[in-house]
Amino acid sequence: MRYAPRSEPFFTRGGWLALAAFAFIALILLPSLYAFVPEGNPLHVSAYTVTLAGKIMCYAIVAMAMNLIWGYTGILSLGHGVFFALGGYAFGMYLMRQIGREGQYQSDLPDFMVFLDWKKFPWYWTNSDSFLWCAALVILVPALLALVFGFFAFRSRIKGVYFSIITQAMTFAFMLLFFRNDTGFGGNNGFTDFKRVLGYPITVPSTRAVIFGITALALIGTIFLTRYLIRSKVGRVLTAIRDSESRLMFSGYNPLGYKLFVWTLSAALCGIAGALYVPQVGIINPSEMSPANSIEIAVWVAVGGRGTLIGPLLGAGVVNGAKSFFTQAFPEYWLFFLGLLFILVTLFLPKGIVGAVNFVKWGRK
Amino acid sequence: MKAGLLTAALVVALACTNAAGALDAQTVGKLGADDANTKNEAVNALVASGDEAALALLQSVQAGEASVTPAGRVVIVKGDQVFDAATMVPITPPPDQFESIVINNRLRGTLDAAVGALKLLSPDRATRLASARAIETTTQVAVLPLIEKALAKESDPTIKSSLEQTRASLNLKSTDPALRLAAVQKLGETNQARFKTVLQGFLEKDTAGKFIEPDEKVRAAAESSIDAIQGRLVVSDYLGRLFTGLSLGSILLLVALGLAITYGLLGVINMAHGEMLMIGAYATYITQQLFKSYAPGLLDWYLVAAIPVAFVVSGLVGMALERSVIRWLYGRPLETLLATWGISLFLIQLVRQIFGAQNVEVSNPSWMSGGIALPNLVLPYNRIVIIGFAMFVLLLMWVILNRTRLGLFVRGVTQNRAMASCVGVPTARVDLLAFGIGSGIAGLAGVALSQIGNVGPDMGQGYIIDSFMVVVTGGVGQLAGTVYAALGLGVMSKFLEPHIGAVLTKILVLVLIIAFIQKRPQGLFALKGRALET
Repeated sequence: MRYAPRSEPFFTRGGWLALAAFAFIALILLPSLYAFVPEGNPLHVSAYTVTLAGKIMCYAIVAMAMNLIWGYTGILSLGHGVFFALGGYAFGMYLMRQIGREGQYQSDLPDFMVFLDWKKFPWYWTNSDSFLWCAALVILVPALLALVFGFFAFRSRIKGVYFSIITQAMTFAFMLLFFRNDTGFGGNNGFTDFKRVLGYPITVPSTRAVIFGITALALIGTIFLTRYLIRSKVGRVLTAIRDSESRLMFSGYNPLGYKLFVWTLSAALCGIAGALYVPQVGIINPSEMSPANSIEIAVWVAVGGRGTLIGPLLGAGVVNGAKSFFTQAFPEYWLFFLGLLFILVTLFLPKGIVGAVNFVKWGRK
Repeated sequence: MKAGLLTAALVVALACTNAAGALDAQTVGKLGADDANTKNEAVNALVASGDEAALALLQSVQAGEASVTPAGRVVIVKGDQVFDAATMVPITPPPDQFESIVINNRLRGTLDAAVGALKLLSPDRATRLASARAIETTTQVAVLPLIEKALAKESDPTIKSSLEQTRASLNLKSTDPALRLAAVQKLGETNQARFKTVLQGFLEKDTAGKFIEPDEKVRAAAESSIDAIQGRLVVSDYLGRLFTGLSLGSILLLVALGLAITYGLLGVINMAHGEMLMIGAYATYITQQLFKSYAPGLLDWYLVAAIPVAFVVSGLVGMALERSVIRWLYGRPLETLLATWGISLFLIQLVRQIFGAQNVEVSNPSWMSGGIALPNLVLPYNRIVIIGFAMFVLLLMWVILNRTRLGLFVRGVTQNRAMASCVGVPTARVDLLAFGIGSGIAGLAGVALSQIGNVGPDMGQGYIIDSFMVVVTGGVGQLAGTVYAALGLGVMSKFLEPHIGAVLTKILVLVLIIAFIQKRPQGLFALKGRALET
């Protein structure tokens, strides 16, 4: 009963209700409480809460993307942090251009380029003042990287831990690359001090509320996409790859195209999440690419429940909620907690929270 | 004491050279002049005389003991006694008035060079050698007569060649073309980069387009000398890269050996392997501290004691992890990867809480500092020791894997776990022991790393990805693959680095590995088999 049979509805009634409730809260309630209710009013939602919620929704998109490749297809990627950060950097380029001449050096070039004594934009910054071009890059750059990398990796049938390790090496290499000043993405400090997006000042509540809403829409879109994909024939082939790739091959399927498709799609989703993350958090720097971040993404999915629709959402929310609590309350114990979480979840909750709830509810595995 | 020695020296000097203390009173008198130039000239003249007494005098001047009386007589003041500078005979009664001779920076420079050069005549070989080395970079033409004099007496080949080199470099500025030619040819026999730069100056043209060096023969000689030096420099440059490459490779090998065992045997990627290394390094640190407190006399040998300690500590931690966590995850390699990552986070934070987030200091024993000096190249002893150590560990591994019963079991389980189990191999115990050995070897790598790098809570993270790449490239199940991959990647990185920088090297190496895997998905040396999935 692992696969969704055709007769199963797109969502159950409860599912639709939960989705509607989420849409109402994220699209209407929270933004308006933040933007329209004055500060001091007990109903007012602080900017901190909105940023945190927005951040977690971006992470949830990443977790959904990770779930596609790991939960459904059984390929553990330790490189999703790179795709996320690349999306962020692509959109960050546009945000940097929107600063205009208001930087410290009053130059057309971003401050870090003035600092490096560069006279003009490097070629890959061409057209970066166009919103549409950067929005396209947000999807194209991670997707292209994933496509090329995936093609060579899957073609030579690298799988299992080998694939994970190679993606981690890629992550590490990218982090080093972006830490260099000469790479042209601000080195250590990355991009920050954004002023406006599409001409609207980026820190005012109305802009933030709109970006928050767009993030919520993107998340809902990702949920629909995942559900649609998993119910389709492609989705069944993907789960077949996870469960027994050799058997699938003997049945006459070539897994390469399917793997490549879901891997590239997953990378593109991460790029979108990264692009939505940057204007809300206000900074993107190479530490987002550190191998540790990519592994953390995997643990969100593991905590929530791999191969389930809402597991990754839950996992991203729970882990990141705990993270912001711990790093404020007992910063030195966060790593202990995270480490134990990795160990205990893999040992005792192989199916994550969703699996545990199902087990308690229906006594089935 | 010093005065007594001086007097003794003086007596010897008096006995074997001409009377009067050998120093020209007029030259010595110039030291008392007001004008700095005159003083400089006097110092240079004293150097050219090449006299033992001149050395003593100039050392006194250097020490600020020289004074001048209002009458212009230069005297040396030592405590209560006053000596005449030229003869070093005590003056009685001492003059009531004298004034210290002012030494400005330029004069100090001349004095330093002069004193250094005068030591060339010392009867002690070590002093002469040190002096010859010290004046190698001098630009003071004034020492040239002294060098000639020293060369005439010198019999030691090392000192002689050093002096000849110095003479040649000074003669480059000579007005005599024949001397210049000889100098340029002589310098072609050296292998120092700085002479290459100097010689290149001979080939340059001035603003009017004329050669700075008028003599064509000298220019031709300079050109061939530059080529000769360049050739030797390239050789030592490549030797240096090969050495650092081997050094990096042997570290990768140490880290990867343990990893290859656990991966080959259990099929799990142990993300906490880097932390086993860190634990080994901290075990070294603790051993060092214990030696400091309880056996300071043996401190130089703490490292030898640290080797078994690190092996056992890391091995035990590894076995504890295998028993408590990893054992339950066999057959689920991706989850093992996550769980071991969690272990690594936990261990890093634990060490941070115990020892602090800062790096701790692990010092090199004295026998490991220094290095073998080759021309233009120093091979540090600590790196040589590590290369040797890696070879030792490799040998140990080979013996364990190929000559012991446990090794036989490990190889059997690696090849076919189910079959090995069927014929009675206690696979669970083999897993446990193999994990312990793998972790112990990581601990040994930690001992090695503590000698060349920082010891801190997250030191393991820096090496782990590279050593995974070694395992991926080398393939599992045979030591040879790991060895070739580690040394190959190490040497390749070090050869690429000077051209494209460290970061691009890492990226390029990764791209090359991915390209390589296209050809041989199982790594360099794969175990042959017919299984679709291994």
